[in-house]
Amino acid sequence: MSVDYSKYLRNEKLPLSWCPGCGTGIVLKALLIAIDELGWKKDDIVMVSGIGCAARGAGYVDFHTFHTLHGRAVPAATAIKMCHPHLHVIVFSGDGDMMAIGGNHFIHGCRRNVDVTLIVVDNWIYGMTGGQYSPLTPTGSKASTMPRGNIDPTFDVVELARGAGATFVARGSVAEPVLLKTYIKKGLAHAGTSVIDALSNCHVQFGHRNKLNDPVKLVHHIKDSTVRRSAMAKMKPEELAGKLATGIFVEDTSKKEYTRAYRELVKMAQNPG
Amino acid sequence: MPEVRIASGNELVAEAALAAGCRFYAGYPITPSSEIPERLSKRLPELGGVFMQFEDEIASVIAAIGASYAGYKAMTASSGPGISLKQEGIGLACMMELPLVIVNVMRGGPSTGLPTRVSQADYMQARWGTHGDHLIITVAPATLLECYTETVRAFNLAEKYRAPVFILSDATLSHLHGRVELPAAASFEIIERRQPSVAPEDYYPYDVDRFGPIPPLPNRDNFPRYRFHMTGLNKDKGGFPTENPTVVNADERRMVAKIMDDRKAIDSCEYYRLDDAQVAVVAYGSNATAARVAVNDARQRGIKAGLFRPITVWPFPEAQVRELAGRVPKILVTEMNLGQMVYEVERAARGQAEIITVLQAAGTPIRPAQILQQIQVAAGKVVGDSIRREVLV
Ligand SMILES: Cc1ncc(C[n+]2csc(CCOP(=O)(O)OP(=O)(O)O)c2C)c(N)n1
Ligand code: SF4
Ligand SMILES: [Mg+2]
Repeated sequence: MSVDYSKYLRNEKLPLSWCPGCGTGIVLKALLIAIDELGWKKDDIVMVSGIGCAARGAGYVDFHTFHTLHGRAVPAATAIKMCHPHLHVIVFSGDGDMMAIGGNHFIHGCRRNVDVTLIVVDNWIYGMTGGQYSPLTPTGSKASTMPRGNIDPTFDVVELARGAGATFVARGSVAEPVLLKTYIKKGLAHAGTSVIDALSNCHVQFGHRNKLNDPVKLVHHIKDSTVRRSAMAKMKPEELAGKLATGIFVEDTSKKEYTRAYRELVKMAQNPG
Repeated sequence: MPEVRIASGNELVAEAALAAGCRFYAGYPITPSSEIPERLSKRLPELGGVFMQFEDEIASVIAAIGASYAGYKAMTASSGPGISLKQEGIGLACMMELPLVIVNVMRGGPSTGLPTRVSQADYMQARWGTHGDHLIITVAPATLLECYTETVRAFNLAEKYRAPVFILSDATLSHLHGRVELPAAASFEIIERRQPSVAPEDYYPYDVDRFGPIPPLPNRDNFPRYRFHMTGLNKDKGGFPTENPTVVNADERRMVAKIMDDRKAIDSCEYYRLDDAQVAVVAYGSNATAARVAVNDARQRGIKAGLFRPITVWPFPEAQVRELAGRVPKILVTEMNLGQMVYEVERAARGQAEIITVLQAAGTPIRPAQILQQIQVAAGKVVGDSIRREVLV
């Protein structure tokens, strides 16, 4: 894979503000490779984000970029897609941003099925603000606001997206970046709301409270915590306990994409009777 | 040819938005604003525009901001509780310097208040609702015709100054049905955001050194060619985050100055029977109609009363009130709240005139007779110290 990343980055903004070894960079790299493979033009791509470490990604890529408020990327992305249906609109934001404060927008985005790709950089923590627990912090893990271990149950991003009506849903991780890129690429190419739960390492804020204070250790931990969907059938229940499945879970082309539904509405309004 | 319509204030706001070029609306239903989205849900698709009802007011304002970034003229409308929810987003429009029209059909509060009743209790919220230093131009129509003309003006101001603009309507105005002669479309100016003429690679959305205090912003046709970044963080000329104190301080000042330095083009006030007035009533919005009746009744009784009506209510017409206070001994401020604009009037008057109030937060309109009574009291009194007297019924 030889992709010229400098083509897609705002090179004058480097170095990135992310901690060395942060998984967000791997997710971004997977996204850029996917875009390169699809041959999309920079003028045709809009990247929208909320607030958080992951959300800062929008500032580094040479697309149309829109860094909004904490949790609010999805409605902005929806509107931009509605205004310019021929542009490719991508949301790139964190687990706290999209699942906590932006959770309502996330599920309604999935329900509408506007052709946007939602990439959840899921590092199980509020990285930017100092390691407070998010709705994705594994139960039992420590966080700066769960010093005795998290008692909150977690969301399952895949099941939430599926239940809310997203038409493409996948989960990958930075431990398997090539697969992650494949999922992102399929999600980008899918006409409808696509969700990619991208498990990522925040060894600094999540890791250091959970004896995983090193990117390699934490990436291995993520690898050990996941299992490929395709391999699950052959595994025993005790082997599957506590594991997160990776793979593509939903690929549905039967539900009408929303900008198309809206175009039909416009046609109806303009040619009554 | 002027077009005659029988319509409500809300319907006129919706129609005026379309006439001004609005092609994106996002909202969440709330009384007494709902006729605006109802109308636009029918009309926008006919014009090829986008109408969307979102899951809440936060999503709605963010969507409208996203549409504005994408080059569309965009609007959202709500009332008290919904405006409270939109406030963080309104600040985002301020910081990003994106044109946006926000309609607040005021009802009482705090909280759910009186959903179907009239109020002017969001006057200060329009000015100070979102956090951080900022200034939002705010217009307050008083008549059905102004629901139309002020909405057109709100869009023009938003585009011209690259800024959010509030329309403060109220429950009386929004649900009032009447006959209005609309100005012919050709008779009013429609302002479009200034377009960049530089090559896309030379365009920066906040390049004030090159473009002046209000840089151009790509419209919907140009948007796809111009790639740029926007953020709610304090930004540099390229729209990228900066913590450089000099850059931040200059940008914060410019965002306010771009409005304050062009007051002549933004201010709008009505002077009614004020030439020889001894008592000046200050009123805005639908309440100004009651004030006008009271002024006329007072004149019939031989009292030299007049009406000063801010139409652009923010920035506050400070110089105008100061001038008025220098020549009219008594100023009577009337508002459908517990006293909000009166603080501005007092500040501007600088003790030159006696300030009297007729305030009411009952969910019912203030009657002309209530205002007349206080005009009479004021006219019968010698000039005294600057005091505030409240008449709460
Ligand atoms: C309305 C609002 N509330 C809180 C914050 C503070 N805040 C900034 S980022 C963040 C959490 C980000 O977590 P996540 O989305 O998981 O991103 P990460 O930093 O982990 O990539 C919070 C709580 C904010 N900016 N705005
Ligand atoms: S705090 Fe965590 S998520 Fe944020 S940059 Fe550092 S490693 Fe990455
Ligand atoms: Mg996170």
